[in-house]
Amino acid sequence: MKQTPLTAKHRSLGAKMVDYAGFEMPVQYTGVLEEHLTVRSKVGLFDLSHMGEFELTGPGALATVNSLTTNDASQLAVGEIQYTCLTTEQGGIIDDILVYRTKDGFLLVVNAANTAKDYAWIEKHLLPGTKLADRTGELALIAVQGPKSAPLVEEVLKISLADLKNYTFIETKFKGINILLSRTGYTGEDGFELYFPNALAEQLWDELTAHGEKYGVAPIGLGARDTLRLEMRMPLYGNDVSEEINPLEAGLGRFVKFDKGDFIGREALQRIREQGITRKLVAFTMLEKGIPRQGYSLLDQDGREIGVVTSGTHSPSLNKPIGMGYVEVDNSKPGTIIQVQIRKKPAQGEIIKGRFLS
Amino acid sequence: MSEKILYTKEHEWVIVKDNIVRVGISDFAQSELGDVVFVDLPEVGDVVEEGEGFAVVESVKAVSDIYAPVGGEIVAVNEELEDSPELINESPLERGWIAEIKVEGVAQTGDLMNQQEYEAFLKGV
Repeated sequence: MKQTPLTAKHRSLGAKMVDYAGFEMPVQYTGVLEEHLTVRSKVGLFDLSHMGEFELTGPGALATVNSLTTNDASQLAVGEIQYTCLTTEQGGIIDDILVYRTKDGFLLVVNAANTAKDYAWIEKHLLPGTKLADRTGELALIAVQGPKSAPLVEEVLKISLADLKNYTFIETKFKGINILLSRTGYTGEDGFELYFPNALAEQLWDELTAHGEKYGVAPIGLGARDTLRLEMRMPLYGNDVSEEINPLEAGLGRFVKFDKGDFIGREALQRIREQGITRKLVAFTMLEKGIPRQGYSLLDQDGREIGVVTSGTHSPSLNKPIGMGYVEVDNSKPGTIIQVQIRKKPAQGEIIKGRFLS
Repeated sequence: MSEKILYTKEHEWVIVKDNIVRVGISDFAQSELGDVVFVDLPEVGDVVEEGEGFAVVESVKAVSDIYAPVGGEIVAVNEELEDSPELINESPLERGWIAEIKVEGVAQTGDLMNQQEYEAFLKGV
């Protein structure tokens, strides 16, 4: 198993470690519920050094990014970030990623489980004049998330964050070394992601921990990362999106820019848009007891199978079960009563509009 | 007539009182599961076979079947777990008990481990 520069730190903190995408990662430290609520009310630290980072530079970089992704990277000014998808010719989602517009080109941040696959795909489709570099092995990533994240990061990096908008980033320094700081995250809270050379990882983690003590900071494992994103209805690759799913079905249509020019998957997605999608990702709460889990069948009120659960958990903030899944479009309207086949018993749920947490 | 605690290899515990077998999960099991957020209890009157999954304990991330260490009729369930599933974490051997099974005749517990044997078994896990 691969390790991050912080693996030893997690062990010393007593984390329960698991294999995630080939990395030995902390799934929890004290408990998922407590960690989750710490991020919602205070501030939490996440080691996300397993995630993949690629640099695309050269005169062909913009054309390459725009031919590989669904969003329009030409709209990005230096210092701006966009969420986008890499898609297959058929429109299936190869990965959902972040694209950072740097002064030299682009930084692509990809899901850890997809790093090798994405690299091979991008390499195969590089346009002339484009250089691709995999920075995954050299860069560590710490996310600082929660309502107290701004004062904590300001203190440790000795900068003001008042002008740093969501989905933008700056380059700054820690101990004289360049780091990239973005106002992004996967929790729905105000938060930051810090990309920096591996060698700084322990020192930065320790300073964030020491300065964060007065804010109630705690390390947060992958378990709470999953419940935090699910409460905000953010899809997880491998659960809610995959190559079998296209962005229109996944509710990611606003990240598909048909008028930006050609890109891989455009023709298929345009056809799908014209014909209309047949299934749709929905979010639902439970009206009866039971927790929906990935793979459980979704039924209509008559017991006919209409779809499948892709993510489900007990929401720590709401103290009730929540889920997401794909259903037939005709059964996807908010307010629709569905049933989740939980073991032997179907349990009623209701499709909701928007996020679980407002 | 013993009231000592015995364990299964699936990390359940039982306490036998005459022909009533009280069942729960071990401290090790609750710690491995993490925060328990839901317990799917059987119904009083259900008849279960030895080895059959008769209850489900769910943590935030994991779903864990609880297997009947003996066959018989469910005569009591811990209804407190419906509103307070965290009792399984807080008090796995006492307030976090799950159900009581009434066996026909004498409960067969010869395959189960005593405290000492279970601790040795855990070291081998």
